[in-house]
Amino acid sequence: MIPLTYMMSLSAIIFAIGVAGVIIRRNILVMFMSIELMLNAVNLAFIAIGSRLGSMDGQVIVFFVMTVAAAEAAVGLGIIISIFRNRETVHADDLTLMRW
Amino acid sequence: MPPFLYIFLGALAIVSALGVIVQRNPIHSLLALIATLMTVAVLFIGEDAVVVGFLQIIVYAGAIMVLFLFVIWLLNLQVETGPTGHLALKLFGSLTAALLATELFFILAPPHLQVKFTHEPVGYGSLASLAGKLFTDYLVAFEVTSVLLLAAVVGSVALARRLPGTDDPRAARKTAS
Repeated sequence: MIPLTYMMSLSAIIFAIGVAGVIIRRNILVMFMSIELMLNAVNLAFIAIGSRLGSMDGQVIVFFVMTVAAAEAAVGLGIIISIFRNRETVHADDLTLMRW
Repeated sequence: MPPFLYIFLGALAIVSALGVIVQRNPIHSLLALIATLMTVAVLFIGEDAVVVGFLQIIVYAGAIMVLFLFVIWLLNLQVETGPTGHLALKLFGSLTAALLATELFFILAPPHLQVKFTHEPVGYGSLASLAGKLFTDYLVAFEVTSVLLLAAVVGSVALARRLPGTDDPRAARKTAS
């Protein structure tokens, strides 16, 4: 079996790439995809530790994370469509209504 | 899972995850994200989480990513032209991510990390064992999830629909100009 350290490193790297995506990209859709990337990195850590502890709890948590991600994607994309309909942009810097 | 397979899959996952954030066309970002999700799913299966791995492919790479694809088509997004963001922002973002990765590495995966290794029980990762856990220990959470999904469906329909009586601002703007 692959050492736990390696799996956790891979998970940390993918998570950091997701964080970089949210910071660097200004397209709301791509920022949203980066969030999915972070969720997946966490799932990988859950699965890796769960299989080493011989416990099914990690997999059940991953199941719930997937459900929440599905709900989040549905609501988030609804918001994006609504924003685009009113403002005709998906560029995060153009949305300054709540900036003071 | 043999080590060479882990190296191959890990490299593929990192490269395609980088692809998500460097592609300028949202469709290409999405395809890179699907590649990442598929690779992670194979890693799941390699870690004896067979059912969750297949769920990842069907639900994540299948359903959720198709939703993203539809939205990209619906909004008719084009390739971003011109400079995307400031160079300072990119530098700051990359630096932050690198520091975060280092920090996570030292917290989550120190070289002396020891998890009490237990042998996986028979049937680990099978549908029966997942369902057995889900419908006993996590029954309440499972039922609450159904309420969450219902709320998400109703909420997204309410958010995305056009209210009757209000004109489409885009159409109004076109006729005005």
